[in-house]
Amino acid sequence: MKEEIKQKDIAKAYENYAKQFTPKPAYFLNTVKAFVVGGGICTIAFFLSRVMMKYGINEKDAGTYVTILLVITAQFFTGLGIFDKFATFAGAGVIVPITGFSNSMVAPALEYKKEGLVLGVGSKMFSIAGPVLVCGITSATIVGIIYWIIGLF
Amino acid sequence: MAEKKIGNQTVKFENGPYIIGSAAIAGEKESEGPLKEWFDIKLDDDMFGEDTWEKAESKMLKEVMLLALQKSGKQKESIDIVLSGDLLNQIMSSSFMARDLKLPFLGLYGACSTMTESLLLGSMLTEGGFAHNIIVGASSHFCTAERQFRMPIEHGNQKPPSSQWTATAAGAMVVSETVMDLSKVGIAKSNGSSCGKCQNIKVDCGTIGKVIDAGIKDVNQMGSAMAPAAVDTILNHLQDTGRNLDYYDIVLTGDLGYIGKAIAKDLLVDAGIDKQVVDSRYDDCGAMLFYREEQKVQGGASGCGCSASVFSGHVISRMRAGELRRALILSTGALLSTISPMQGESIPGIAHAVVLETCDK
Repeated sequence: MKEEIKQKDIAKAYENYAKQFTPKPAYFLNTVKAFVVGGGICTIAFFLSRVMMKYGINEKDAGTYVTILLVITAQFFTGLGIFDKFATFAGAGVIVPITGFSNSMVAPALEYKKEGLVLGVGSKMFSIAGPVLVCGITSATIVGIIYWIIGLF
Repeated sequence: MAEKKIGNQTVKFENGPYIIGSAAIAGEKESEGPLKEWFDIKLDDDMFGEDTWEKAESKMLKEVMLLALQKSGKQKESIDIVLSGDLLNQIMSSSFMARDLKLPFLGLYGACSTMTESLLLGSMLTEGGFAHNIIVGASSHFCTAERQFRMPIEHGNQKPPSSQWTATAAGAMVVSETVMDLSKVGIAKSNGSSCGKCQNIKVDCGTIGKVIDAGIKDVNQMGSAMAPAAVDTILNHLQDTGRNLDYYDIVLTGDLGYIGKAIAKDLLVDAGIDKQVVDSRYDDCGAMLFYREEQKVQGGASGCGCSASVFSGHVISRMRAGELRRALILSTGALLSTISPMQGESIPGIAHAVVLETCDK
């Protein structure tokens, strides 16, 4: 038991020691870039949906079309090998919107093409998006139940 | 018995063994780095004419071994054993290379420490009289390592400044019981300089590293995870041999990267080695392979091929030309698996040291 505690202390001490040699990510700059790019994407999407509505498409449908457009665009740039380079710059700005989801599906699909359509693409396509979906749906369900209980009173 | 063992972890060679051939191959990005002039083969396409990344890596290893063999002046039939390893599951690159080479093969896994591991074992087998000539080598490929250990290539993410870039590179050396016929050699250095007086290189001794785990759990902190292992092996080596660090013209670790290198230097100085000696002698292959800012490699290079290509290209060529006389080289490995970090395990590190010396014989 004592030995174990000592091990943990050493690990902690070394981690702190190593920290002084490790540069920190540029949190502030990354946040600014993500805000500008992410905001830009959302602004363009909003503008597109307004244009569509001007041509007689109702708001709900316009929203769906814009989402589809964003997904396709991200897929397209992933296929061209540009998305990952842009994401290195923009970070959460393109990862958090649906563009990131689209990329996380297409990237493994491209990567595992060589292992076959079923066992390669089929089994690996959700390798990144899968855990996000599971956690997302689970938490949504829990929140939904809480919401329902609150509604009873 | 065991009269060739000195101290706690070191083996001392008496009859050579000699490095009679070596070659290094590097990928596209690596060939644009500061060490470009030392690579024998520079790829302009990391796919290397193959249809999968794994096959490309395997081909790199095969080509570099054949080139090292060619430069040694030996025939394929005179090779008794091939020792090599890589990072992929079931050491795929090495096994598939050996399938094509059709030579007796012993596969090794030491993660990124494989180059000096294979060199050390190859030297011991030669010294022990179990083989006349042995090819040793190691390889890594950015794309194969990335898909196995990290994310698909096209996945968009921001890497932390400490994360390292797996080198697309391989290196191989031919270890022999006899010295090379220097009249036949011209140093293949792409900057055109040939050496008038080529030196023979022998393996003087080697220190087998212990697995050291400093408790780092972050897989983006390979450098700091491996630095204590490298320093431990260096200090044990110095103690076993009774030498000082300034006995060597150059001391190189494998792939600690910028952060690991800084930590290793600090630990060495802390252990009582003169700072000036450390500053003038010590460097790290992972910190040498790329231009830090221009090539956007965050923490530096990593992978078996990083130290393999730098040792087989840069170090051997400079020794052959007489620029360096004694070199202490250490490949450093992070012995994690793809599942161990998920199970909350910390990253065990290892480093094996080999001493190369030029000789007049």
